[in-house]
Amino acid sequence: MEIAVFIITAIIALIGAVAMLTAHNAVHSALFLLLNFGAIGVLYLLLQAPFLFITQLIIYAGAIIVLFLFVVMLLGAETDEPAKDSTPWQRPVALVLAAVLLVEAISVFLFRVNVTQVAAKPDFASPENVAKALFTDYLFPFEITSVILLAAVVGVVVLSRRISREHAREIAQESPDLTQLPERR
Amino acid sequence: MIPTHYVVMLAAALFIIGALGVLIRRNTLIVFMSIELMLNAANLALVAFAQARQDVSGQVLVFFVMVVAAAEVAVGLALLVAIFQSRKTTDIDEVRSLKG
Repeated sequence: MEIAVFIITAIIALIGAVAMLTAHNAVHSALFLLLNFGAIGVLYLLLQAPFLFITQLIIYAGAIIVLFLFVVMLLGAETDEPAKDSTPWQRPVALVLAAVLLVEAISVFLFRVNVTQVAAKPDFASPENVAKALFTDYLFPFEITSVILLAAVVGVVVLSRRISREHAREIAQESPDLTQLPERR
Repeated sequence: MIPTHYVVMLAAALFIIGALGVLIRRNTLIVFMSIELMLNAANLALVAFAQARQDVSGQVLVFFVMVVAAAEVAVGLALLVAIFQSRKTTDIDEVRSLKG
């Protein structure tokens, strides 16, 4: 039963990934990526990781996909692949490299390294146990994640502030009368 | 229990698809999505190993990967918007110099 659910979910994840790669419209790509993230979330549930299932849905399927869709629509960059490819040799080389990687993975699968499965404990990864590990053994890395997120926030604010200043300068050059409006008030 | 090598095989396949996306797509947004796909494949392998060893450490690592991915997406998309505003393109071949 578990194996059947695994195979169906794996096929859905692969379909989502391949469709993401081949879709011409970036919005469709983002939505197929959402399908893939949802399928991987179900796999987490099958692999005894309920906490990560919820985190996957909230962070990836919620926040990151929404951010992608927002930026795709903000830039209006749904379909902008150029007709002429400036590096035509790159595609066959990439396909060959992917085939090599796939053969390597299959050979590892066939002559598989034995992963010894430990006897199942029913709730080794309950949210309580994850939190216990996070706040005892991994407390220092957890603190570092806060620094990383803070650095990301500061970086984004700096980037967007410089953009808006350059944008204002562009508008001022194009139509000087617009920028004088606030001073008249 | 699902055999670990099945899940690792699926993770390898997803990683290969993500790597192909980085190599052959020209749209920077889709390149970014492919990077997310590769991070997810790595996460899947980590969860599979955590299940095989019945150890929660692998899942904590996945949590850290998710945090780094979220920060990376925020900064990366801000950079893309900045590049788009100065170059008016999202084609990765058009962006050849760092100085705008």
